[in-house]
Amino acid sequence: MEIQEIVVLLLAAGGVFFAIVAAIGLVRLPDVYTRTHSASKSETFGAVLTLTAVAITFGWDLSSLKTVLLLVFMFLTNPTAAHAIVRAAADQDIEPWTTEDEES
Amino acid sequence: MTLITDILFGAAAVFVTASLIAVYRILRGPTMPDRVIAINVLGSNVVIVIALLAAAIGEPGALDIALVYALLNFLLSITISKFTVDRGEVL
Repeated sequence: MEIQEIVVLLLAAGGVFFAIVAAIGLVRLPDVYTRTHSASKSETFGAVLTLTAVAITFGWDLSSLKTVLLLVFMFLTNPTAAHAIVRAAADQDIEPWTTEDEES
Repeated sequence: MTLITDILFGAAAVFVTASLIAVYRILRGPTMPDRVIAINVLGSNVVIVIALLAAAIGEPGALDIALVYALLNFLLSITISKFTVDRGEVL
């Protein structure tokens, strides 16, 4: 294996792991705020790792620059969109999930 | 077919599977923000899959499609969260 193949394999494996974590959290967690917590952070990190793998695959090229641009764009906009949606959810008076003994 | 191509196709397959898991939350989601979050995750996954396939089949033009798709995905989330509440600003 060359060094490029090893690096791409490790980055893609990390990105896939975080995408799976985001999907599981999106299904398993109890309310909209915790789901957003899972989705925004894990998904953003998985996107960053996977797009880094894509950029390394392209090598020194204009395509690599485009991929890095896409990476920076997703790194900025994904948490911003999640924040906006959760703020709208809070304005619609959606109650956060709590355990029983915390409410007293 | 080289090893890097195999890795990229496999990663794309896993991302498609994660998108199908997100479809469960879109269909089921009790409230509207649940669905918007799941659609946002699905859109991000689609952008990543387009980028992975662009690298795997050696077609750099598909990266432009991925950029436009990421832009529209962000615009969708912001627009829905802005026009579902009675308030001037969002962020």
